[in-house]
Amino acid sequence: MSNAAVRIVNLAFTYPRQTAACFSNLNLEVQQGERFGLFGPNGAGKTTLMNCMTGLLNYQQGSIQLLGNEITHHKKSINKLFGFVPQDFSFYQELSPAENLSFFGAWSGLQKSEIKNKTTELLEILGLTDVRNKKVQEFSGGMKRRVNLAIGVIHNPQILFLDEPTVGVDVHSRHAIINYLKKLNENGTTLIYTSHQLSEAEELCNKVALIDDGKIMAHDTLQQLMLDHKEDGLEGLFINLTGKSFRDS
Amino acid sequence: MFKLWSTILKDIRILTRDKLGLIFMFVMPIVLAVVITAVQNSTFEMLNTNTVPMIICNRDTGEAGKQLETAIYKVGMFRIQTVAANEKDEVISGRMHAKDAVIAIIIPSDFSSKIKLKANETAQKALKNFGMQSVDNIKVDSSAIQPITLLYHPVLQETFRRSIQGALRSALQVVQNKEILRSLYFNLNERAMPDSMEKDLMAGQVLINEIPVSRSGSRNIPNASQHNVPAWTVFAMFFIVISLGGSVVREKINGSFVRLKTLPTNYLVSLLSKQLTYLFVTVMQAAVVFSLGIWLFPSMGLPRLNMPDIAGVVVVTLICGWCAVSYAIMIGVFAKTQEQSNGIGAVSIVLMAAVGGLLVPSFAMPQSFQFVMKLSPLHWCLEAYYGLFLEGGKLKDVLLNILPLLGITLAVQLITLYGLKRKISFE
Repeated sequence: MSNAAVRIVNLAFTYPRQTAACFSNLNLEVQQGERFGLFGPNGAGKTTLMNCMTGLLNYQQGSIQLLGNEITHHKKSINKLFGFVPQDFSFYQELSPAENLSFFGAWSGLQKSEIKNKTTELLEILGLTDVRNKKVQEFSGGMKRRVNLAIGVIHNPQILFLDEPTVGVDVHSRHAIINYLKKLNENGTTLIYTSHQLSEAEELCNKVALIDDGKIMAHDTLQQLMLDHKEDGLEGLFINLTGKSFRDS
Repeated sequence: MFKLWSTILKDIRILTRDKLGLIFMFVMPIVLAVVITAVQNSTFEMLNTNTVPMIICNRDTGEAGKQLETAIYKVGMFRIQTVAANEKDEVISGRMHAKDAVIAIIIPSDFSSKIKLKANETAQKALKNFGMQSVDNIKVDSSAIQPITLLYHPVLQETFRRSIQGALRSALQVVQNKEILRSLYFNLNERAMPDSMEKDLMAGQVLINEIPVSRSGSRNIPNASQHNVPAWTVFAMFFIVISLGGSVVREKINGSFVRLKTLPTNYLVSLLSKQLTYLFVTVMQAAVVFSLGIWLFPSMGLPRLNMPDIAGVVVVTLICGWCAVSYAIMIGVFAKTQEQSNGIGAVSIVLMAAVGGLLVPSFAMPQSFQFVMKLSPLHWCLEAYYGLFLEGGKLKDVLLNILPLLGITLAVQLITLYGLKRKISFE
């Protein structure tokens, strides 16, 4: 019996109306309870892979299983298993944090009383209790990031996908977010995380994969990778494996 | 059900916090209905209550010229200002440019003599036809008769000008007929026709009994409110595209749509919620505008809106509203930016209103537009409302207008679902 939270086998994906494949025969396994970091240069395929894993993109070949469930076969039923924190602020700025959580809680399949309890708990943990009824559009970037995270975890997902969850926030907000993610992981949530903040990744992740040009270049614990490649940090390892050229095109 | 209710609550909150959108949705139909009804009503009154300003320059010293002046006055459409016979044409034109009058008539100096000659000639022909000999033997060269000059201000619209021209022709006809009668009488009796007989002969006109064709048998003549209130309510309902289309686009581009796709709830719940929320808005728009037509218009000096069969109005309003909401969502689903949604939405509604008969009556639409007109949902909305408000029909009488509207609505829904399916699969 596999203990994989995510199991990707021979994945092939090409965007519609494009000839070049993003992935072909990509394989990856993330075990339950891991704090897994997916890193790579711009355009390497991180977000595309995350979108395939969350069912936002339909892949053409291969298989993606979340906790043993093939994602394409029963998409909506397995959406309860995971939470997603996109890089963009994916909520309604005209609403308050409490109203956003109330709406997204209902869409996540929670009942009214569960939403009420979970909203109070999350707003407290993420330091948003005092502004629970203020419109989010009046918030700072850091507060919005915390709202973005709260919505993604309201239904206690077993797997949490995070796409750059701390981009553009101050130290206090980053500290609060990272601490909360660690706490979630201690309670059994598998974290799958992408970021350009490599120092933050070193602090948070216990397993990493480096992706470039749609291929997994390395996948192991951070310590083992640094040992194998004779590097003393993730940044050096990153440059070592992906090269120094810009990847903006 | 809880998911749907939560979504409706979310949509209501977002809607009520968009103050500008609300003003647009509710104030616009009120302003449109009041302004257009008032303008149309004043045009109607202008034609019926001596308010078209007219200058008459009578250069004729004879009786026919005076008679024509009197006949024009009796038409009842004009507020007449007379100018001296020796006033130059340029001075009259100058007064028209100064908007003293929108129309001017210059009666030529030989009007009476030439009318008399023409009348005598006509009388002779008639008598000859009866085998009788006339007193005189006159031949008139028609080209020698100077025409009456009609000057009009270019602001006068074609239809308005034609209606004024018709009124003037009828006044001219009265003068000509009178002269012909006098001439005939003189030729037959060799003396002038007595005034009493002239009055009797000229007064015996056939009356026109105007009856609006109404399904209810009512003989109430439809007023400007019956025409304009339903028409501009439909227009405003469809203009909900600015708020609703924008809301769908905002949801797509601000990332909420992406998150919703990863949640264990079908996006159709969101579409259903938007349809129910905004359908309520369109019904409220209609209720507000109709209420103003009934209770506020009379106090503003505008004709009162007479409500027809209530069941019919409710059903037609619901279906028109549903169609408007479906169209707005479709625009929102296909538009990539809010600017696209607003631009395409607004322009398409104005075009559909134009070809649908809101700006020009559908019967006056060119033949080539008849097919396009039938594709406009606003046309069917308008026809259904007119069937109730103008023809006094009941729900069963407008079913043939409702069915195509339902067909268009379902087609729009299917196109929306297709567009959404593509976006969910590929974005």
